[in-house]
Amino acid sequence: MTKTFGNLRAVDGISFTIEEGEIVGFLGPNGAGKTTTLRIVTCYMPATSGSASVAGHDVFAESMAVRRLVGYLPENAPLDVHMRAREYLNFRGKIRGLDRAARESAIKRVTDLCWLGDFIDRPIHQLSKGMRQRVGLADALLHDPKVLILDEPTIGLDPRQIRETRNLIRELAKRHTLLLSSHILPEVEATCERTIIITGGKIVASGSPSELKERIRGGSRLFTEISGPGAEVKKAVSAVSGINNVNCESDNGWQRLTIEPEKGSDPREAIFKMVKEKGWTLRELRLEVGSLEEFFVQITAGQMQEVQS
Amino acid sequence: MRNVTALTQRELAASFLSPVAYIVAAVFLVATGYLFMSNTLVDGGEASVRSMLNSMAWLLVFTMPLLTMRVLADEFASGTIETLMTAPVTDIEVVFGKFLGVLVFYLVLLATTLVHVVLLFVYGATDVGVVIYGYIGMILLGALYVSVGVFASALTRYQLVAAIIGMGVLSVFTLVVDAFAAWYGGTWREVLGYINILHHFGDFSKGIFDTKSIVFFISGTVFFLFLAVKVLESRRWR
Repeated sequence: MTKTFGNLRAVDGISFTIEEGEIVGFLGPNGAGKTTTLRIVTCYMPATSGSASVAGHDVFAESMAVRRLVGYLPENAPLDVHMRAREYLNFRGKIRGLDRAARESAIKRVTDLCWLGDFIDRPIHQLSKGMRQRVGLADALLHDPKVLILDEPTIGLDPRQIRETRNLIRELAKRHTLLLSSHILPEVEATCERTIIITGGKIVASGSPSELKERIRGGSRLFTEISGPGAEVKKAVSAVSGINNVNCESDNGWQRLTIEPEKGSDPREAIFKMVKEKGWTLRELRLEVGSLEEFFVQITAGQMQEVQS
Repeated sequence: MRNVTALTQRELAASFLSPVAYIVAAVFLVATGYLFMSNTLVDGGEASVRSMLNSMAWLLVFTMPLLTMRVLADEFASGTIETLMTAPVTDIEVVFGKFLGVLVFYLVLLATTLVHVVLLFVYGATDVGVVIYGYIGMILLGALYVSVGVFASALTRYQLVAAIIGMGVLSVFTLVVDAFAAWYGGTWREVLGYINILHHFGDFSKGIFDTKSIVFFISGTVFFLFLAVKVLESRRWR
């Protein structure tokens, strides 16, 4: 789907599928089009072109059916601050078509689930940011939706609250299909089975955190320190199969090598055998897998350059 | 319908919890009481509700938009419009629920002005039929004013702007058309009379039954509610 605001293409031909029961992270820098995409999926606004459907219902043609299936927590959890949390949830239950008994049990359930405790009877304007976020989440869970969509669920929370929210999200993932957005990478890395990276309104990568890691340019790197004559060590290491590039620095008789292995190969064993054969000494041999963070920065920076040029 | 009830209840609760509504109600009642005292409760004053209702219709041009300014503007300002419009409620239900919420608050306010009517009955005989008809007119007029206010509130996220737009639109259909009719006279007077709210209301306060005026108020209300729905749709879609 595509969504334009005037000249701005906020969402530019995005296409993705989420299987039932999956937990998917939508990752991208601020202004990448995450919120717009979520707003289209939750029926807040229609796409300029293209379509989206949730559990087989088109978001435009069968909007009400989609809305009944989806629990949505918008960014910053907007709430009616004049009400008490219980009154607010009661109102939300009513417009979701729950009768009195169903509302009472639903409120009880989400109060326990989101640890609202005594705060349920406090006016919302007295609640802290973290508490409000929980009330918003409680609202999204009120009708026990099949699909849960959370926009930046941990933004503005303190580290302890972030951890609690993550645990809660993992807990929820057992019962609901979950789509959450974030601009913070460890967030998605910690909670999601699959990540969709989006920048400038386009999907630039998608896959599980480990799959994405493998796609990092140049893959992982090897660090090793071998004692021996510089040129010879470098030559010998380069000759080991599965190695792309070797960088060598001398340090007090030790050769410090940075090795770029070929994609998918792990030449650590071969290097050790080679060193043993030559009778040199090895004091370090370490494989560094590129972090998703590096990948994220790389991929989004590349996108920026593309936009600028 | 159930959604409308839920929305109406919430809107009504918000009105009764809001200091703005109380201040507006107080100012309206004081002004109405004062005008009643100085126009009707004087030597040679006419023992009818006509003068009081006419001044109320005029006062409401500036007070009603203050009661309605919050309804949608605040939803946009606080972002709750997003949770509301992703719940299974239609735009029509939202607009109608909010309309009814403020209308009920207005009806409570209107009921308190019946005190003056009681005074009229104590001090001098008055025609019950005219009073009833006059108050029916006040209800229809109130509904039209609320619909204009809801429409104005749909246009902006700033409550003050919504109030000013509401007052502006209501002024055009009351004071401005009146001034133009007086200025141009002749055929213009007649044409402008058709869209003059106070002109139509004059029938009710005098106790004249005219279906034209009833149709005018109801269709006007529906028209502005329709506009409010369209504005709400288009603001979300942009």
